[in-house]
Amino acid sequence: MNSLRLYGRYAAVSLRGQMQYRASFIMLTLSTFVITGAEFVAVVILFDRFGSLQGWRLAEVAMFYGAVNAAFAIAESTARGFDTFAELIKGGGFDTILLRPRSAALQVAARELHAVRIGRLAQAVAILIWASMALDIAWTLPKVALLVGNLAGAVCLFYGLLILQATLCFWTTESLEVLNTVTYGGIETAQYPLSIYRSWFRLFFTAVVPLACVSYYPLLQVLDRAPTKGLASWFGWVSPLVGGVFFVLALQVWRIGVRHYRSTGS
Amino acid sequence: MSGYVAVFSARFRTLLQYRAAAIAGLATQLFWGLIRVMIFTAFYESSSAEQPMSLPEVVSYIWLSQAMFRLLPWGVDPDIRGMIRSGAVAYEMLRPLDIYSLWLTREIANHAAPTLLRALPMLPAAFLFFGMSPPASLAGAVACAACLCGALLLSATIATLMAILMLWTVSGEGIGRLMMIAMGFLSGMFVPLPLFPDWAQRTLNLLPYRGLVDIPLRLYLGHLSPSALPGLLLFQAAWIAAFVMAGRMLLVAGHKRLVVQGG
Repeated sequence: MNSLRLYGRYAAVSLRGQMQYRASFIMLTLSTFVITGAEFVAVVILFDRFGSLQGWRLAEVAMFYGAVNAAFAIAESTARGFDTFAELIKGGGFDTILLRPRSAALQVAARELHAVRIGRLAQAVAILIWASMALDIAWTLPKVALLVGNLAGAVCLFYGLLILQATLCFWTTESLEVLNTVTYGGIETAQYPLSIYRSWFRLFFTAVVPLACVSYYPLLQVLDRAPTKGLASWFGWVSPLVGGVFFVLALQVWRIGVRHYRSTGS
Repeated sequence: MSGYVAVFSARFRTLLQYRAAAIAGLATQLFWGLIRVMIFTAFYESSSAEQPMSLPEVVSYIWLSQAMFRLLPWGVDPDIRGMIRSGAVAYEMLRPLDIYSLWLTREIANHAAPTLLRALPMLPAAFLFFGMSPPASLAGAVACAACLCGALLLSATIATLMAILMLWTVSGEGIGRLMMIAMGFLSGMFVPLPLFPDWAQRTLNLLPYRGLVDIPLRLYLGHLSPSALPGLLLFQAAWIAAFVMAGRMLLVAGHKRLVVQGG
């Protein structure tokens, strides 16, 4: 609990700092809203042209789109420090963090609360609400719980990816684009139902980077779609837990990285 | 003139050194290309209606647009941004060179070098393994190359305009980002322009952004006839002139209100 309060403090300071430049903040938030909105317009254009996507309707795809973008917006805004971790290593700022008697991961995560991402979150939530109304989903308690659990799992998974990306910096100093590609490519992938992709690709995002476990499989249940062949029908109900497991594993790797860390001395 | 040539060649050769970044970027673009191709294939399999572009054409369009990803002005030259933030832009303005031409030269190099580094390994790969087709005709290939030069200039003038907007740091950054998304979307980088709704086509044809991606690629595919080349080059030239004029006017205005903080 103590560390949560500490995170809150950090976040409040960062937020107050950003609010000093109010015009800039509003501009950037609005532009984030518009930019992510344009991505959805691309989906709408394709549906307008082709009518449907292998039996999926626009509103159903909008559910996938909204869920993955909402989760990423939350993860990115609250753990932005990992995204810009290379600067901390190069500048030697990580030494300062290690000297403090608190968890290094927490301090890195809390370095900056990237509030302009609220634009992305707002856009994703708006699309989720629209999709749910267009599909007339009967929101029973289990379904609401599954959607919330799914979002939590997806946020954990993105935290895990951000941490792994930062951990690589312990060895490379420079930040590498490799994992970023998987993260952003994964978001693009998860905006559409997994069933439209080739089998090796589906396997990759189920077993290697388990993004489908925190988007596609649970949302199939929310949308009352038939579960994927070869998987038990209860799989979608528990698969968000995989996100949590991924997060914990990533933290372990991070600890190994911290032990391996040698200051750049600058 | 020789000053600008020197700036260009220095910048160009510097950027050619970033080979590791180019390899990472290549992997990114290949991955994105694969995702895109799968998504579009799925859409094409869902509809039997006649489309303005065939699937093989769209596949080539996707790979070509991924190869020229860095040709587009995705952001402001970090050095110029740093100069404006730190105030060092004042020294830059003291140089015995026309600052607009100087920045434009830098931007041309900024977009030419990374594009070459990515396109050269990527196009053969796409061609051999991922279903890209050769140009529709020799004339089409030549016309495409001519319009790619126009696209490079157009892109550099837009990037220079965005750099000048940075002189108004706060609002400039927001406007720059909005311009960027408009560009990505309306150039054909995200969705090939012929697939946009029919009612949008007339507007798209008037906007400058199709000169960046859509025009050269459709010449390559034979979707636009090579005989239309003079008109297309004129279209690009008109927009290049417009962006140069806008950039120069804003530069004068920015120059007047520029206050460099001491220290």
